[in-house]
Amino acid sequence: MSKKEWPLWEVFIRSKQGLSHKHVGSLRAADAEMAVNNARDVYTRRSEGVSIWVVESANVVASDPSEAGPLFEPANSKAYRHPTFYEVPEGIKHM
Amino acid sequence: MTKQEALFEFLLRKADDSLIIGHRLSEWCGHGPILEEDIALTNIALDLIGQATELYKYAAKVEDKGRTEDDLAFLRLEREYKNVLLVEQPNGDFGKTIVRQFFFDHFEHLFYEGLVNSKDERIAAIATKTIKEIKYHLRHSSEWVIRLGDGTEESHERVQESVTALSRFIDEMFYQNDVDEILIKEGIIPDVKLFKDEFYKNIEAILEEATLKLPAENYQMSGGRKGVHTEHLGYLLAELQYMQRTYPGMEW
Repeated sequence: MSKKEWPLWEVFIRSKQGLSHKHVGSLRAADAEMAVNNARDVYTRRSEGVSIWVVESANVVASDPSEAGPLFEPANSKAYRHPTFYEVPEGIKHM
Repeated sequence: MTKQEALFEFLLRKADDSLIIGHRLSEWCGHGPILEEDIALTNIALDLIGQATELYKYAAKVEDKGRTEDDLAFLRLEREYKNVLLVEQPNGDFGKTIVRQFFFDHFEHLFYEGLVNSKDERIAAIATKTIKEIKYHLRHSSEWVIRLGDGTEESHERVQESVTALSRFIDEMFYQNDVDEILIKEGIIPDVKLFKDEFYKNIEAILEEATLKLPAENYQMSGGRKGVHTEHLGYLLAELQYMQRTYPGMEW
């Protein structure tokens, strides 16, 4: 393995207008512009997208898996936070 | 020469350009320097072979002798291929492949921008689809020329060698004879003389950013449009045609 590897980038694709960008995977590229080009070639070959974001993986700040308990479990017992008490009007998509 | 003969010859030239350089790029499949580039080069190869297919289909129709696009692509002899010499040059290292593509893309970009306005509806339709693909190819090869030229000492040196070596094949892309004269007069194809300066301006701007230089003078090779090729095309065709020659008419 070469020690001088290109930085890793996280790729986000918006599949169509109105939807948000979704993480689809990662790739290596020398710089931001090349990362967009590579993302186009690797992740949109089958018309998957209308917009691409790339973020250098080193810039992603992640939560600590060992903190999952205190971070997420307190929400489990709060059923009243879920909008399940509303009827979704007809014709509303992507909710 | 009739208009029909000129149109057939023109379609073969451009189809052969796309097929042969597309085949060259397909040789990178599984051999790219990194996964991302392997996919990029094969994507571009597929675009080019797709363009060739459309042009051969139309050529077969214009010729009207019962040949199909596959006959034209796979069953002609070397001297009957009319591609420019640039596209048949071997891949070399990744940088050389990129430089070959860079010269080709910049020419194709200006040429197809003219073809979009062709008075021949079918050619205009093919060009309208193709120009979008070419714009991406152009961006891909130009970005790489800048990064390799202005990269490390070694990448600069190697890519400069390729620029010098391949610049011998640039002028041939601007070759014209009576085929072109007839079709220009009919409004079917653009006159390449009109954008030669723009072509050089475009590539020189990028080469300058890449700290690369075209050689001041270079003997210009030609012959491809007349079917007189460099020694490399025969080997390429041997591989390209192998299946159809060995198993005539096979499909899968």
